[in-house]
Amino acid sequence: MTLLWRRLLSSIPVLLIVVAFTFFLLESASGDAVDAYLGSIGGGDAVLAQSLKVAYGLDQSTGSRLWLYARSLASLDLGWSVAFDRPVREIILERLPNTFLLMGSATALSFGLGSALGVVAGARPGSVRDKSLSIGSLVLYAMPSFWLGLVLSVIFSVQLRWLPIAGIETIASGKQGFERALDIARHLVLPVGALGFIYLALFLRVMRASMAEVWRLDFVLFARSKGLSRSRIVLRHVARNALLPLVTTLGLQAAAMLGGSVVIESVFAIPGFGRLAQEAVAGRDAPLLMGIILNSAVLVIVVNLLIDLVYALLDPRIGSSETGA
Amino acid sequence: MRFWRNFLRSPEGVAGLVLLAGLLLAALLAPILFPGDPLRIAAQALIPPFEDPNFPLGTDRLGRDVLAGLMHGARTSLLVGISAALTAIVLGAVVGTLAGFAGGFLDEALMRVVDAFQIIPSFLLALAFVSVIGPSLPVVVLAIALGAWADPARLTRAQVLSIRERDYVAALKVVGMHPLEIAFREILPNALPPVLALTSVIVAAAVLTEAALSFLGLGDPNIVTWGSMIAEGRNVLRSAPFLSIVPGLGLVATVLGVYLFSEGVNDALASRRGGFS
Amino acid sequence: MNKILASVRSLSVSYQEDSPQSFALKGLDLDIFTGEKLAIIGESGSGKSSFARALAGLLPDEARLEGKIDWLGFGQAPLGGRDLGYVFQDPGASLNPVLTIGEQVAEGARRHLGLSRAASVARALELLHRVKIPQPERILKAFPHQMSGGQRQRVAIAAAIAARPKLLIADEVTSALDMVVQAEIVALLQQLVTEEGMTLLFITHDIALAAQLADRILVLKEGQRVEVGLSGAVLSRPASEYTRMLIASHLDFGSEVLVSSVIDGPL
Repeated sequence: MTLLWRRLLSSIPVLLIVVAFTFFLLESASGDAVDAYLGSIGGGDAVLAQSLKVAYGLDQSTGSRLWLYARSLASLDLGWSVAFDRPVREIILERLPNTFLLMGSATALSFGLGSALGVVAGARPGSVRDKSLSIGSLVLYAMPSFWLGLVLSVIFSVQLRWLPIAGIETIASGKQGFERALDIARHLVLPVGALGFIYLALFLRVMRASMAEVWRLDFVLFARSKGLSRSRIVLRHVARNALLPLVTTLGLQAAAMLGGSVVIESVFAIPGFGRLAQEAVAGRDAPLLMGIILNSAVLVIVVNLLIDLVYALLDPRIGSSETGA
Repeated sequence: MRFWRNFLRSPEGVAGLVLLAGLLLAALLAPILFPGDPLRIAAQALIPPFEDPNFPLGTDRLGRDVLAGLMHGARTSLLVGISAALTAIVLGAVVGTLAGFAGGFLDEALMRVVDAFQIIPSFLLALAFVSVIGPSLPVVVLAIALGAWADPARLTRAQVLSIRERDYVAALKVVGMHPLEIAFREILPNALPPVLALTSVIVAAAVLTEAALSFLGLGDPNIVTWGSMIAEGRNVLRSAPFLSIVPGLGLVATVLGVYLFSEGVNDALASRRGGFS
Repeated sequence: MNKILASVRSLSVSYQEDSPQSFALKGLDLDIFTGEKLAIIGESGSGKSSFARALAGLLPDEARLEGKIDWLGFGQAPLGGRDLGYVFQDPGASLNPVLTIGEQVAEGARRHLGLSRAASVARALELLHRVKIPQPERILKAFPHQMSGGQRQRVAIAAAIAARPKLLIADEVTSALDMVVQAEIVALLQQLVTEEGMTLLFITHDIALAAQLADRILVLKEGQRVEVGLSGAVLSRPASEYTRMLIASHLDFGSEVLVSSVIDGPL
């Protein structure tokens, strides 16, 4: 438990660095949210611009603005979005559930199916099954996720018309409860597939490689000498140990997956957190973009902590003291 | 060299080499076979592929030559991929060496910075960076490198930490060599090999990140990239899906080539160390 | 002596890497008798482990086997766990780090004796008692990293004999352990083998250890048989110069003559 607190504590300076870096990065933009806003409404005079800037606190010095921002962060206030004219925190909280749904499903698909296929491949290293899964996963992993999304759209939405091409649900359909859930699920099949298949390939390869490593270890030979069934050796001895590096990989990919959701949500017009990043960029909305980056950092930290907990559950060697030689 | 003989024995390595060589050839020949600006309007719009011998892969919505775009796009992808990876590795190696060698507070501080860059999703970072500074090729390269340097930094530091305890380093200190000199002339070269193994991963990721950035409209608008071609093709996805699919195949081929090549290199290095463990 | 358990004729083991082929074992002829304790002595590279693994069917895929082994005592090639138990040299590496001791000791019994889950746990407990593990109820739920090397080796022995095999192969099982623990393990093996009526193949490079335990001794050198015979005979009247050298090079407090000749000899 103390390990957990230490990790959380050491995350604070890291987050502060993230805040400072992002703040100064966004500072160096020429023109700010007010300019973008005025640009989008066809221009405005200098007086309007100045009064807006004062209202949004954009006329103060960089240092004092950073300080004000950091202080408001302490009370979980992420500032005001100029482009949306709403509190940043509100917009983000509104969009997060959609992204969680997308990413959660993609993670479940990729980890579950990827590790299972990895076990199938790794059960007999060098077999035809192993080699074909290896090549297949390599090609899959080489694909850009947004391109895969478009290809899947062409096949399943355009040609076959089985699945909807965009959005998270049919607009103004008035569906409720289970029907609505089903509608959302149909809309999510392609984006989850596009995001999930790429990472499926990764987890497959990691599991495969991990199993190849574990096969060479002595305790596997000992298990064989005991005449255990092949399925028991593959699952309970080899795969169970090979799982550990896979869990670590899952943690390492959390940040990458979040970044991947930006593009996928754009391709499929899903109103999520990732797409919000793109909208913030287009609207030159610094507070919103800052809020998004900070939020992402916190999410990654939390996910990594959870992964570490899961790892400790799976590996009895973690956290206990050795008694013997 | 024996290394190349071992390499040529690996089918993955050879396949990767062939792919990369093909891409390199396309990149080099592009301005010769397709001189002029590939973004200029060359003919009527939406000529289908394999119909007009002047435009073997057809034209896009604005009448631009798809094959020209494809070959010029190869230049961008390879250029960005390699330079971003190089930048990331140099930056990471320098920071990692400093941190590992200096130790103490400097090490802690630098590692927290590395943590910060590892925690921000690299695509978001690149997105923010390019949108703020401006979409030009050098900026894109830097943006990608900023998201990628953390892993090489960490790895270099780990290597340096194990190397600096060795006897020959202590000997150099006794002789009076300046610490920075020891760090960068003696330790860093020995710390590099595992870090260089990361190169292929970083190159592949850089190619894909650049493609995603230009797909979202954040790439350099003055040059043709595969990502922007895919984005363009999206407008006519129902009628001419070919336009979005083909540049993507180029990306797959590039990334696949990099991965296969690096697998071949790994196999060759492993077999050099002798067969039986 | 007794009935023949296994009849080995012209057994050769080679690991094909690059030519020329390297033979770990060359044309070995040997009879193994039921119920005997046979020690296989040799230095590194003598082929003793290759021989043991060939008998157990545990050679790596790239190894090639020539010659034949007639398992007269079993009627067919022995099945690991049920007919044959194998204990390895490195106790730390033999046990799966993520599974409990209890599960690893019980799984052989579960598989070959058809025991239910509860019955196999009871069997594991009984086995841990027999290998003299303290607090066996607690150890059932413990993990390998929580135990010492000697304890892990006892657990490995328990796991190997869980399904009551008739043949136990101990491959340098004491080489990674301290001297005191070595003696305990050897005593344990002796007791178990006698109680269960098992045949024991004890592989070691330590001829003194072999002398304590074995009925017969087989000496191997560079993959070939040097000599085999009753242990008393081999130790007191070795037929070959090599065996003589092996015995002489074993230093203990009685080796005063040998040591002083090294010190006073040519520098």
